[in-house]
Amino acid sequence: MLELRNLSFQVPEQGSAKKEIIKGINLILKDNTFTAITGPNGGGKSTLAKLIMGMETPTGGQILWNGQDITDLNVTERAKLGISFAFQQPVRFKGIKVKDLITLAAGEKISTASACEYLSKVGLCARDYINRDVDASLSGGELKRIEIATIIARNTPLSVFDEPEAGIDLWSFSNLIKVFEELHEKHENSLIIISHQERILNIADEIVVLADGVIKAQGPRESILPELLNGTGGCKFYQ
Amino acid sequence: MDQIQKTLLEQIAGLHEVPAGAYNIRANGQSVSRNVTANIDIVTKEDKQGIDIIIKPGTKKESVHIPVVLSQSGLKEMVYNDFYVGDDCDVTIIAGCGIHNGGDLESKHDGIHSFFIGKNSHLRYVEKHYGSGDGKGKRIMNPETVVELGENSFMEMETVQIRGVDSTKRSTSATLADGAKLVITERLMTHGTQNAESHFKVDLNGAGSSANLISRSVAKEDSHQLFVSEINGNNRCAGHSECDAIIMDNAKIGAVPKITANHLDAALIHEAAIGKIAGEQITKLMTLGLTEAEAEEQIVNGFLK
Repeated sequence: MLELRNLSFQVPEQGSAKKEIIKGINLILKDNTFTAITGPNGGGKSTLAKLIMGMETPTGGQILWNGQDITDLNVTERAKLGISFAFQQPVRFKGIKVKDLITLAAGEKISTASACEYLSKVGLCARDYINRDVDASLSGGELKRIEIATIIARNTPLSVFDEPEAGIDLWSFSNLIKVFEELHEKHENSLIIISHQERILNIADEIVVLADGVIKAQGPRESILPELLNGTGGCKFYQ
Repeated sequence: MDQIQKTLLEQIAGLHEVPAGAYNIRANGQSVSRNVTANIDIVTKEDKQGIDIIIKPGTKKESVHIPVVLSQSGLKEMVYNDFYVGDDCDVTIIAGCGIHNGGDLESKHDGIHSFFIGKNSHLRYVEKHYGSGDGKGKRIMNPETVVELGENSFMEMETVQIRGVDSTKRSTSATLADGAKLVITERLMTHGTQNAESHFKVDLNGAGSSANLISRSVAKEDSHQLFVSEINGNNRCAGHSECDAIIMDNAKIGAVPKITANHLDAALIHEAAIGKIAGEQITKLMTLGLTEAEAEEQIVNGFLK
Protein backbone atom coordinates (compact mmCIF):
# COMPACT_ATOMS: atom_id res chain seq x y z
CA MET A 1 0.00 0.00 0.00
CA LEU A 2 1.24 3.47 -0.91
CA GLU A 3 0.27 6.35 1.30
CA LEU A 4 0.95 10.03 0.71
CA ARG A 5 0.52 12.12 3.86
CA ASN A 6 0.16 15.86 3.49
CA LEU A 7 2.73 15.75 0.69
CA SER A 8 3.93 19.04 -0.71
CA PHE A 9 6.58 20.24 -3.10
CA GLN A 10 7.73 23.78 -3.68
CA VAL A 11 10.27 25.24 -6.07
CA PRO A 12 12.04 28.55 -5.53
CA GLU A 13 11.00 31.38 -7.79
CA GLN A 14 12.53 34.81 -8.23
CA GLY A 15 13.77 36.31 -4.99
CA SER A 16 12.51 34.54 -1.90
CA ALA A 17 9.17 33.58 -3.48
CA LYS A 18 8.27 29.91 -3.77
CA LYS A 19 5.91 28.18 -6.14
CA GLU A 20 3.86 25.32 -4.80
CA ILE A 21 3.60 22.49 -7.31
CA ILE A 22 2.05 19.93 -4.94
CA LYS A 23 -0.07 21.29 -2.14
CA GLY A 24 -0.47 18.98 0.83
CA ILE A 25 -1.81 15.90 -0.90
CA ASN A 26 -3.26 12.98 1.05
CA LEU A 27 -3.78 9.80 -0.89
CA ILE A 28 -3.98 6.08 -0.18
CA LEU A 29 -3.44 3.57 -2.99
CA LYS A 30 -4.30 0.03 -1.98
CA ASP A 31 -2.39 -3.02 -3.19
CA ASN A 32 -3.19 -4.47 -6.58
CA THR A 33 -5.00 -1.41 -7.82
CA PHE A 34 -4.69 0.27 -11.16
CA THR A 35 -4.79 3.99 -10.53
CA ALA A 36 -4.85 6.55 -13.30
CA ILE A 37 -3.83 10.07 -12.40
CA THR A 38 -5.19 12.62 -14.81
CA GLY A 39 -5.70 16.35 -14.96
CA PRO A 40 -4.64 19.42 -16.90
CA ASN A 41 -1.09 20.09 -18.03
CA GLY A 42 0.95 21.78 -15.35
CA GLY A 43 -1.30 20.40 -12.61
CA GLY A 44 1.53 18.51 -10.88
CA LYS A 45 1.02 14.96 -12.21
CA SER A 46 4.58 14.29 -13.36
CA THR A 47 5.97 15.93 -10.23
CA LEU A 48 3.85 13.64 -8.09
CA ALA A 49 5.16 10.60 -10.01
CA LYS A 50 8.75 11.76 -9.46
CA LEU A 51 8.12 12.33 -5.76
CA ILE A 52 6.86 8.75 -5.43
CA MET A 53 10.02 7.37 -7.14
CA GLY A 54 12.34 9.67 -5.14
CA MET A 55 13.51 11.63 -8.16
CA GLU A 56 12.32 14.79 -6.41
CA THR A 57 12.44 15.40 -2.67
CA PRO A 58 9.23 16.67 -1.08
CA THR A 59 9.39 19.93 0.84
CA GLY A 60 6.78 18.62 3.28
CA GLY A 61 4.85 15.52 4.24
CA GLN A 62 5.57 11.82 4.10
CA ILE A 63 5.48 8.90 1.69
CA LEU A 64 4.81 5.45 3.15
CA TRP A 65 5.22 2.20 1.24
CA ASN A 66 3.74 -0.83 2.95
CA GLY A 67 3.86 1.05 6.24
CA GLN A 68 7.53 2.02 5.89
CA ASP A 69 8.38 5.71 5.73
CA ILE A 70 10.36 6.02 2.48
CA THR A 71 10.37 9.84 2.33
CA ASP A 72 14.13 10.00 2.88
CA LEU A 73 15.09 7.00 0.73
CA ASN A 74 16.81 7.61 -2.58
CA VAL A 75 15.79 6.28 -5.99
CA THR A 76 17.92 3.12 -5.73
CA GLU A 77 16.54 2.23 -2.31
CA ARG A 78 12.95 2.69 -3.49
CA ALA A 79 13.69 0.65 -6.63
CA LYS A 80 14.99 -2.15 -4.41
CA LEU A 81 11.79 -1.99 -2.33
CA GLY A 82 9.81 -2.80 -5.46
CA ILE A 83 8.91 0.49 -7.10
CA SER A 84 9.49 1.02 -10.82
CA PHE A 85 9.29 4.13 -12.93
CA ALA A 86 8.77 4.53 -16.68
CA PHE A 87 10.04 7.86 -17.98
CA GLN A 88 7.84 10.09 -20.07
CA GLN A 89 10.87 10.80 -22.23
CA PRO A 90 13.11 7.74 -22.06
CA VAL A 91 16.82 8.26 -21.67
CA ARG A 92 19.33 7.47 -24.42
CA PHE A 93 22.70 5.85 -23.75
CA LYS A 94 25.74 5.54 -25.98
CA GLY A 95 27.14 2.04 -25.73
CA ILE A 96 24.37 0.39 -23.68
CA LYS A 97 22.51 -2.18 -25.69
CA VAL A 98 18.82 -2.97 -25.46
CA LYS A 99 19.72 -6.36 -24.02
CA ASP A 100 21.98 -4.74 -21.39
CA LEU A 101 19.19 -2.46 -20.25
CA ILE A 102 16.65 -5.27 -20.04
CA THR A 103 19.16 -7.44 -18.16
CA LEU A 104 19.79 -4.64 -15.65
CA ALA A 105 16.03 -4.24 -15.26
CA ALA A 106 15.53 -7.97 -14.68
CA GLY A 107 18.23 -7.78 -12.01
CA GLU A 108 19.83 -11.05 -13.07
CA LYS A 109 21.43 -12.62 -16.08
CA ILE A 110 18.71 -13.52 -18.50
CA SER A 111 18.78 -15.47 -21.70
CA THR A 112 18.42 -13.74 -25.02
CA ALA A 113 15.15 -15.65 -25.38
CA SER A 114 13.66 -14.08 -22.25
CA ALA A 115 14.89 -10.62 -23.22
CA CYS A 116 13.22 -11.14 -26.58
CA GLU A 117 10.00 -12.12 -24.87
CA TYR A 118 9.84 -8.75 -23.09
CA LEU A 119 10.44 -6.93 -26.36
CA SER A 120 7.77 -8.94 -28.15
CA LYS A 121 5.27 -7.86 -25.49
CA VAL A 122 5.80 -4.24 -26.49
CA GLY A 123 5.44 -5.11 -30.16
CA LEU A 124 9.08 -4.97 -31.17
CA CYS A 125 10.63 -7.66 -33.32
CA ALA A 126 13.22 -8.72 -30.80
CA ARG A 127 15.82 -9.97 -33.27
CA ASP A 128 16.09 -6.50 -34.81
CA TYR A 129 16.52 -4.69 -31.52
CA ILE A 130 18.25 -6.85 -28.94
CA ASN A 131 21.79 -5.87 -29.96
CA ARG A 132 21.12 -2.26 -30.82
CA ASP A 133 22.39 0.60 -28.70
CA VAL A 134 19.77 2.52 -26.73
CA ASP A 135 20.91 5.69 -28.48
CA ALA A 136 19.83 8.32 -30.96
CA SER A 137 19.49 5.69 -33.70
CA LEU A 138 16.18 4.61 -32.12
CA SER A 139 13.03 6.60 -32.74
CA GLY A 140 11.04 8.11 -29.88
CA GLY A 141 8.36 5.43 -30.24
CA GLU A 142 10.90 2.59 -30.21
CA LEU A 143 12.58 4.01 -27.12
CA LYS A 144 9.26 4.33 -25.38
CA ARG A 145 8.43 0.70 -26.00
CA ILE A 146 11.87 -0.40 -24.77
CA GLU A 147 11.29 1.71 -21.66
CA ILE A 148 8.06 -0.18 -21.04
CA ALA A 149 9.83 -3.50 -21.67
CA THR A 150 12.23 -2.64 -18.81
CA ILE A 151 9.23 -2.21 -16.50
CA ILE A 152 7.80 -5.56 -17.57
CA ALA A 153 11.21 -7.16 -16.93
CA ARG A 154 11.32 -5.65 -13.44
CA ASN A 155 7.82 -6.88 -12.58
CA THR A 156 7.68 -5.02 -9.25
CA PRO A 157 4.71 -4.63 -6.86
CA LEU A 158 4.34 -0.98 -7.92
CA SER A 159 5.05 0.58 -11.31
CA VAL A 160 4.64 4.27 -12.04
CA PHE A 161 4.21 5.25 -15.70
CA ASP A 162 4.55 8.90 -16.65
CA GLU A 163 2.40 9.45 -19.74
CA PRO A 164 3.14 6.10 -21.35
CA GLU A 165 1.00 6.93 -24.37
CA ALA A 166 3.17 9.89 -25.42
CA GLY A 167 5.00 8.96 -28.61
CA ILE A 168 3.20 5.62 -29.01
CA ASP A 169 1.37 5.05 -32.27
CA LEU A 170 -2.16 3.73 -32.54
CA TRP A 171 -1.23 0.14 -33.27
CA SER A 172 1.04 -0.18 -30.28
CA PHE A 173 -1.47 1.63 -28.12
CA SER A 174 -3.73 -1.41 -27.94
CA ASN A 175 -0.63 -3.45 -27.17
CA LEU A 176 0.17 -1.07 -24.36
CA ILE A 177 -3.27 -1.60 -22.86
CA LYS A 178 -2.63 -5.35 -22.90
CA VAL A 179 0.70 -4.82 -21.15
CA PHE A 180 -1.00 -2.85 -18.37
CA GLU A 181 -3.72 -5.45 -17.98
CA GLU A 182 -1.17 -8.24 -17.77
CA LEU A 183 1.01 -6.43 -15.23
CA HIS A 184 -2.04 -5.66 -13.16
CA GLU A 185 -4.23 -8.74 -13.42
CA LYS A 186 -1.84 -11.62 -14.07
CA HIS A 187 0.97 -10.46 -11.81
CA GLU A 188 -1.27 -8.69 -9.30
CA ASN A 189 0.91 -5.57 -9.25
CA SER A 190 -0.21 -2.02 -8.56
CA LEU A 191 0.03 0.50 -11.34
CA ILE A 192 0.00 4.27 -11.22
CA ILE A 193 -0.40 5.70 -14.67
CA ILE A 194 -0.24 9.38 -15.45
CA SER A 195 -2.41 9.79 -18.51
CA HIS A 196 -4.81 11.93 -20.50
CA GLN A 197 -6.01 9.00 -22.59
CA GLU A 198 -9.59 7.89 -22.25
CA ARG A 199 -8.65 4.34 -23.25
CA ILE A 200 -6.25 4.14 -20.32
CA LEU A 201 -8.65 5.78 -17.90
CA ASN A 202 -11.20 3.24 -19.12
CA ILE A 203 -9.29 0.28 -17.71
CA ALA A 204 -8.27 1.89 -14.41
CA ASP A 205 -9.80 0.81 -11.11
CA GLU A 206 -9.38 4.22 -9.55
CA ILE A 207 -9.05 7.66 -11.06
CA VAL A 208 -7.41 10.62 -9.35
CA VAL A 209 -7.89 14.07 -10.83
CA LEU A 210 -5.01 16.36 -10.01
CA ALA A 211 -5.15 20.04 -10.87
CA ASP A 212 -3.22 22.99 -9.54
CA GLY A 213 -1.35 20.74 -7.12
CA VAL A 214 -4.41 19.41 -5.32
CA ILE A 215 -6.67 16.40 -5.70
CA LYS A 216 -9.91 17.64 -7.22
CA ALA A 217 -11.58 14.26 -7.34
CA GLN A 218 -10.80 10.68 -6.51
CA GLY A 219 -12.75 7.47 -6.64
CA PRO A 220 -13.67 4.40 -8.64
CA ARG A 221 -13.58 4.76 -12.40
CA GLU A 222 -17.33 4.29 -12.63
CA SER A 223 -18.01 7.42 -10.66
CA ILE A 224 -15.20 9.68 -11.90
CA LEU A 225 -14.93 8.90 -15.60
CA PRO A 226 -18.47 9.90 -16.62
CA GLU A 227 -17.94 13.29 -14.98
CA LEU A 228 -14.61 13.72 -16.78
CA LEU A 229 -16.07 12.83 -20.14
CA ASN A 230 -19.20 14.82 -19.71
CA GLY A 231 -18.23 17.90 -21.74
CA THR A 232 -18.52 20.99 -19.56
CA GLY A 233 -19.04 18.83 -16.51
CA GLY A 234 -15.54 17.42 -16.94
CA CYS A 235 -14.14 20.85 -16.52
CA LYS A 236 -15.53 21.20 -13.09
CA PHE A 237 -12.60 19.23 -11.70
CA TYR A 238 -10.23 21.65 -13.30
CA GLN A 239 -11.80 24.79 -11.92
CA MET B 1 58.67 -15.27 -18.78
CA ASP B 2 57.70 -14.55 -15.20
CA GLN B 3 54.20 -14.19 -13.81
CA ILE B 4 54.14 -10.37 -14.08
CA GLN B 5 55.05 -10.57 -17.73
CA LYS B 6 52.44 -13.26 -18.34
CA THR B 7 49.77 -11.07 -16.71
CA LEU B 8 50.75 -8.12 -18.89
CA LEU B 9 50.58 -10.35 -21.94
CA GLU B 10 47.10 -11.47 -21.03
CA GLN B 11 45.94 -7.86 -20.56
CA ILE B 12 47.26 -6.53 -23.85
CA ALA B 13 46.86 -9.47 -26.17
CA GLY B 14 44.42 -11.78 -24.41
CA LEU B 15 47.10 -14.44 -24.56
CA HIS B 16 47.26 -17.24 -22.01
CA GLU B 17 49.72 -19.30 -23.96
CA VAL B 18 51.66 -19.23 -27.17
CA PRO B 19 49.43 -17.80 -29.89
CA ALA B 20 48.54 -19.57 -33.10
CA GLY B 21 50.19 -18.29 -36.26
CA ALA B 22 53.10 -15.91 -36.50
CA TYR B 23 54.27 -14.05 -33.43
CA ASN B 24 57.12 -12.16 -31.84
CA ILE B 25 57.07 -11.56 -28.12
CA ARG B 26 59.38 -8.85 -26.82
CA ALA B 27 60.08 -8.67 -23.09
CA ASN B 28 62.35 -6.14 -21.34
CA GLY B 29 64.00 -5.02 -24.55
CA GLN B 30 64.63 -8.42 -26.10
CA SER B 31 62.80 -10.76 -28.40
CA VAL B 32 62.03 -13.80 -26.25
CA SER B 33 59.91 -15.89 -28.55
CA ARG B 34 59.14 -15.94 -32.24
CA ASN B 35 57.29 -18.03 -34.80
CA VAL B 36 56.99 -17.54 -38.54
CA THR B 37 54.68 -19.25 -41.00
CA ALA B 38 54.91 -20.12 -44.69
CA ASN B 39 53.28 -16.80 -45.55
CA ILE B 40 54.45 -14.50 -42.76
CA ASP B 41 58.10 -13.83 -42.06
CA ILE B 42 59.51 -11.86 -39.13
CA VAL B 43 63.05 -10.55 -39.45
CA THR B 44 65.10 -8.68 -36.82
CA LYS B 45 66.35 -5.31 -37.99
CA GLU B 46 70.11 -4.98 -38.08
CA ASP B 47 70.54 -1.22 -38.02
CA LYS B 48 68.16 -0.45 -35.14
CA GLN B 49 65.80 -2.01 -32.61
CA GLY B 50 62.77 -3.64 -34.14
CA ILE B 51 61.50 -6.13 -36.67
CA ASP B 52 60.21 -6.35 -40.21
CA ILE B 53 57.01 -8.30 -40.66
CA ILE B 54 56.61 -9.44 -44.22
CA ILE B 55 53.27 -10.84 -45.31
CA LYS B 56 53.20 -12.53 -48.72
CA PRO B 57 50.61 -11.48 -51.31
CA GLY B 58 47.44 -13.52 -51.13
CA THR B 59 47.79 -14.43 -47.44
CA LYS B 60 44.31 -14.94 -46.02
CA LYS B 61 42.88 -15.54 -42.56
CA GLU B 62 46.22 -15.45 -40.77
CA SER B 63 47.24 -13.46 -37.73
CA VAL B 64 50.40 -11.96 -36.28
CA HIS B 65 50.87 -11.20 -32.59
CA ILE B 66 53.66 -8.80 -31.64
CA PRO B 67 53.17 -7.92 -27.97
CA VAL B 68 55.73 -6.00 -25.92
CA VAL B 69 56.02 -6.25 -22.14
CA LEU B 70 58.23 -4.26 -19.81
CA SER B 71 58.59 -5.24 -16.19
CA GLN B 72 62.04 -3.85 -15.44
CA SER B 73 61.70 -0.43 -13.81
CA GLY B 74 63.69 2.28 -15.57
CA LEU B 75 63.88 0.54 -18.93
CA LYS B 76 63.50 2.89 -21.91
CA GLU B 77 63.32 1.68 -25.46
CA MET B 78 62.59 2.90 -28.94
CA VAL B 79 61.43 0.24 -31.37
CA TYR B 80 60.83 0.38 -35.12
CA ASN B 81 58.48 -2.21 -36.55
CA ASP B 82 57.74 -2.24 -40.27
CA PHE B 83 54.87 -4.20 -41.73
CA TYR B 84 54.84 -5.11 -45.40
CA VAL B 85 51.42 -6.43 -46.35
CA GLY B 86 51.27 -7.75 -49.92
CA ASP B 87 48.38 -7.47 -52.38
CA ASP B 88 45.13 -9.41 -51.85
CA CYS B 89 45.74 -10.23 -48.18
CA ASP B 90 43.25 -10.59 -45.35
CA VAL B 91 45.12 -10.61 -42.06
CA THR B 92 44.92 -9.50 -38.43
CA ILE B 93 47.83 -7.96 -36.54
CA ILE B 94 47.62 -7.74 -32.78
CA ALA B 95 50.17 -5.46 -31.14
CA GLY B 96 50.17 -3.96 -27.69
CA CYS B 97 52.36 -2.88 -24.86
CA GLY B 98 52.14 -3.60 -21.17
CA ILE B 99 54.37 -1.91 -18.62
CA HIS B 100 54.65 -3.03 -15.01
CA ASN B 101 56.64 -0.55 -13.02
CA GLY B 102 57.22 -1.56 -9.45
CA GLY B 103 60.18 0.78 -8.98
CA ASP B 104 60.81 4.50 -8.84
CA LEU B 105 62.44 4.96 -12.22
CA GLU B 106 60.60 5.98 -15.36
CA SER B 107 59.78 3.12 -17.76
CA LYS B 108 59.16 4.06 -21.34
CA HIS B 109 58.27 2.30 -24.58
CA ASP B 110 58.22 4.32 -27.78
CA GLY B 111 57.39 2.54 -30.97
CA ILE B 112 57.04 3.49 -34.58
CA HIS B 113 54.89 1.11 -36.56
CA SER B 114 54.96 1.64 -40.31
CA PHE B 115 52.49 -0.13 -42.53
CA PHE B 116 53.00 -0.56 -46.25
CA ILE B 117 49.81 -2.14 -47.49
CA GLY B 118 49.45 -3.33 -51.08
CA LYS B 119 46.35 -3.40 -53.26
CA ASN B 120 42.99 -5.01 -52.45
CA SER B 121 44.04 -6.09 -48.98
CA HIS B 122 42.17 -6.08 -45.72
CA LEU B 123 44.09 -5.53 -42.51
CA ARG B 124 42.74 -5.45 -39.00
CA TYR B 125 45.22 -3.94 -36.57
CA VAL B 126 44.57 -4.03 -32.84
CA GLU B 127 46.73 -2.23 -30.29
CA LYS B 128 46.17 -2.30 -26.54
CA HIS B 129 48.08 -0.41 -23.91
CA TYR B 130 48.13 -1.24 -20.24
CA GLY B 131 50.13 -0.29 -17.20
CA SER B 132 50.39 -1.73 -13.70
CA GLY B 133 52.66 -1.66 -10.67
CA ASP B 134 52.68 0.52 -7.59
CA GLY B 135 56.13 2.07 -7.93
CA LYS B 136 56.52 5.83 -8.17
CA GLY B 137 58.22 5.49 -11.57
CA LYS B 138 56.08 6.65 -14.45
CA ARG B 139 54.82 4.37 -17.20
CA ILE B 140 55.13 6.12 -20.53
CA MET B 141 54.19 5.00 -24.03
CA ASN B 142 54.42 7.03 -27.19
CA PRO B 143 53.21 5.00 -30.13
CA GLU B 144 53.52 6.33 -33.64
CA THR B 145 51.72 4.70 -36.52
CA VAL B 146 52.37 5.51 -40.14
CA VAL B 147 50.16 3.94 -42.78
CA GLU B 148 50.40 3.82 -46.57
CA LEU B 149 47.23 2.25 -47.82
CA GLY B 150 47.29 0.90 -51.38
CA GLU B 151 44.51 0.92 -53.96
CA ASN B 152 41.21 -0.54 -52.78
CA SER B 153 42.71 -1.72 -49.51
CA PHE B 154 40.91 -1.50 -46.21
CA MET B 155 42.48 -1.07 -42.80
CA GLU B 156 40.62 -1.24 -39.52
CA MET B 157 42.66 0.02 -36.61
CA GLU B 158 41.49 -0.38 -33.04
CA THR B 159 43.40 1.14 -30.15
CA VAL B 160 42.58 0.71 -26.50
CA GLN B 161 44.17 2.28 -23.44
CA ILE B 162 42.08 1.82 -20.35
CA ARG B 163 44.38 1.63 -17.36
CA GLY B 164 47.67 2.50 -15.87
CA VAL B 165 49.56 4.49 -18.49
CA ASP B 166 50.80 7.75 -16.97
CA SER B 167 51.66 9.56 -20.12
CA THR B 168 50.97 8.81 -23.73
CA LYS B 169 51.33 10.72 -26.94
CA ARG B 170 49.88 8.83 -29.83
CA SER B 171 50.49 9.93 -33.35
CA THR B 172 48.84 8.31 -36.33
CA SER B 173 49.25 9.40 -39.93
CA ALA B 174 47.92 7.79 -43.07
CA THR B 175 47.89 8.32 -46.81
CA LEU B 176 45.23 6.62 -48.88
CA ALA B 177 45.34 5.67 -52.56
CA ASP B 178 42.35 5.28 -54.91
CA GLY B 179 39.46 3.40 -53.35
CA ALA B 180 41.28 2.82 -50.06
CA LYS B 181 39.38 2.89 -46.80
CA LEU B 182 40.57 3.50 -43.26
CA VAL B 183 38.56 3.12 -40.06
CA ILE B 184 40.22 4.01 -36.77
CA THR B 185 38.49 3.38 -33.45
CA GLU B 186 40.13 4.69 -30.33
CA ARG B 187 39.08 3.92 -26.76
CA LEU B 188 40.78 5.80 -24.00
CA MET B 189 40.34 6.23 -20.29
CA THR B 190 42.59 8.33 -18.10
CA HIS B 191 42.61 8.78 -14.34
CA GLY B 192 44.82 10.16 -11.58
CA THR B 193 47.16 12.76 -13.04
CA GLN B 194 47.56 10.96 -16.36
CA ASN B 195 48.09 12.80 -19.57
CA ALA B 196 47.06 11.47 -22.98
CA GLU B 197 47.31 13.04 -26.39
CA SER B 198 46.08 11.63 -29.66
CA HIS B 199 47.05 13.16 -32.98
CA PHE B 200 45.63 11.95 -36.25
CA LYS B 201 46.55 13.13 -39.71
CA VAL B 202 44.91 11.53 -42.71
CA ASP B 203 45.58 12.45 -46.34
CA LEU B 204 42.83 11.25 -48.62
CA ASN B 205 44.84 11.34 -51.85
CA GLY B 206 43.02 8.72 -53.89
CA ALA B 207 39.77 9.03 -55.81
CA GLY B 208 37.00 7.31 -53.87
CA SER B 209 39.09 6.97 -50.71
CA SER B 210 37.46 7.29 -47.31
CA ALA B 211 38.38 7.57 -43.66
CA ASN B 212 36.43 7.36 -40.44
CA LEU B 213 38.12 8.29 -37.15
CA ILE B 214 36.15 7.51 -34.04
CA SER B 215 37.41 8.41 -30.60
CA ARG B 216 35.56 7.58 -27.40
CA SER B 217 37.21 8.68 -24.21
CA VAL B 218 36.61 9.15 -20.51
CA ALA B 219 38.77 11.46 -18.40
CA LYS B 220 38.51 11.01 -14.64
CA GLU B 221 40.02 12.69 -11.58
CA ASP B 222 42.81 15.15 -12.49
CA SER B 223 43.76 13.69 -15.87
CA HIS B 224 44.21 15.57 -19.13
CA GLN B 225 43.33 14.54 -22.67
CA LEU B 226 43.86 16.16 -26.02
CA PHE B 227 42.43 14.90 -29.30
CA VAL B 228 43.72 16.47 -32.49
CA SER B 229 42.48 15.28 -35.85
CA GLU B 230 43.36 16.52 -39.26
CA ILE B 231 41.76 15.19 -42.43
CA ASN B 232 42.84 16.50 -45.82
CA GLY B 233 40.56 15.72 -48.73
CA ASN B 234 42.81 15.92 -51.76
CA ASN B 235 40.57 14.09 -54.21
CA ARG B 236 36.99 12.86 -54.54
CA CYS B 237 36.72 11.33 -51.09
CA ALA B 238 34.77 11.07 -47.86
CA GLY B 239 36.20 11.81 -44.43
CA HIS B 240 34.54 11.73 -41.04
CA SER B 241 35.97 12.19 -37.59
CA GLU B 242 34.13 11.95 -34.32
CA CYS B 243 35.41 12.72 -30.87
CA ASP B 244 33.06 11.83 -28.08
CA ALA B 245 34.27 12.34 -24.54
CA ILE B 246 32.94 12.05 -21.02
CA ILE B 247 34.52 14.40 -18.51
CA MET B 248 34.46 13.62 -14.79
CA ASP B 249 35.81 15.12 -11.57
CA ASN B 250 38.54 17.73 -12.25
CA ALA B 251 39.67 16.38 -15.61
CA LYS B 252 40.35 18.48 -18.68
CA ILE B 253 39.67 17.47 -22.28
CA GLY B 254 40.47 19.29 -25.50
CA ALA B 255 39.34 18.43 -29.02
CA VAL B 256 40.89 20.15 -32.00
CA PRO B 257 39.31 19.18 -35.28
CA LYS B 258 40.67 20.29 -38.61
CA ILE B 259 39.20 19.30 -41.94
CA THR B 260 40.54 20.67 -45.19
CA ALA B 261 38.98 20.14 -48.59
CA ASN B 262 41.40 20.61 -51.46
CA HIS B 263 39.01 19.14 -54.00
CA LEU B 264 35.46 20.04 -55.01
CA ASP B 265 34.20 16.51 -54.38
CA ALA B 266 35.76 16.05 -50.96
CA ALA B 267 33.02 15.51 -48.38
CA LEU B 268 34.37 15.99 -44.87
CA ILE B 269 32.61 16.00 -41.54
CA HIS B 270 33.83 16.48 -38.02
CA GLU B 271 31.82 15.93 -34.88
CA ALA B 272 33.06 16.59 -31.36
CA ALA B 273 31.18 16.36 -28.12
CA ILE B 274 32.52 16.67 -24.59
CA GLY B 275 30.28 16.55 -21.58
CA LYS B 276 29.65 14.98 -18.23
CA ILE B 277 27.38 11.98 -17.78
CA ALA B 278 23.79 13.16 -18.11
CA GLY B 279 22.06 13.12 -14.72
CA GLU B 280 18.99 11.45 -16.18
CA GLN B 281 21.11 8.51 -17.39
CA ILE B 282 22.22 7.87 -13.82
CA THR B 283 18.65 8.32 -12.55
CA LYS B 284 17.28 5.83 -15.09
CA LEU B 285 19.75 3.16 -13.99
CA MET B 286 19.00 3.95 -10.34
CA THR B 287 15.31 3.28 -11.03
CA LEU B 288 16.46 -0.19 -12.10
CA GLY B 289 18.07 -0.69 -8.68
CA LEU B 290 21.69 0.32 -9.36
CA THR B 291 23.45 2.62 -6.92
CA GLU B 292 24.77 5.91 -8.23
CA ALA B 293 28.33 4.54 -8.38
CA GLU B 294 27.20 1.35 -10.14
CA ALA B 295 25.20 3.42 -12.62
CA GLU B 296 28.21 5.60 -13.38
CA GLU B 297 30.41 2.53 -13.90
CA GLN B 298 27.84 0.93 -16.19
CA ILE B 299 27.62 4.09 -18.31
CA VAL B 300 31.41 4.47 -18.59
CA ASN B 301 31.98 0.79 -19.38
CA GLY B 302 29.26 0.83 -22.02
CA PHE B 303 30.65 4.00 -23.55
CA LEU B 304 34.13 2.51 -23.85
CA LYS B 305 33.02 -0.96 -24.91
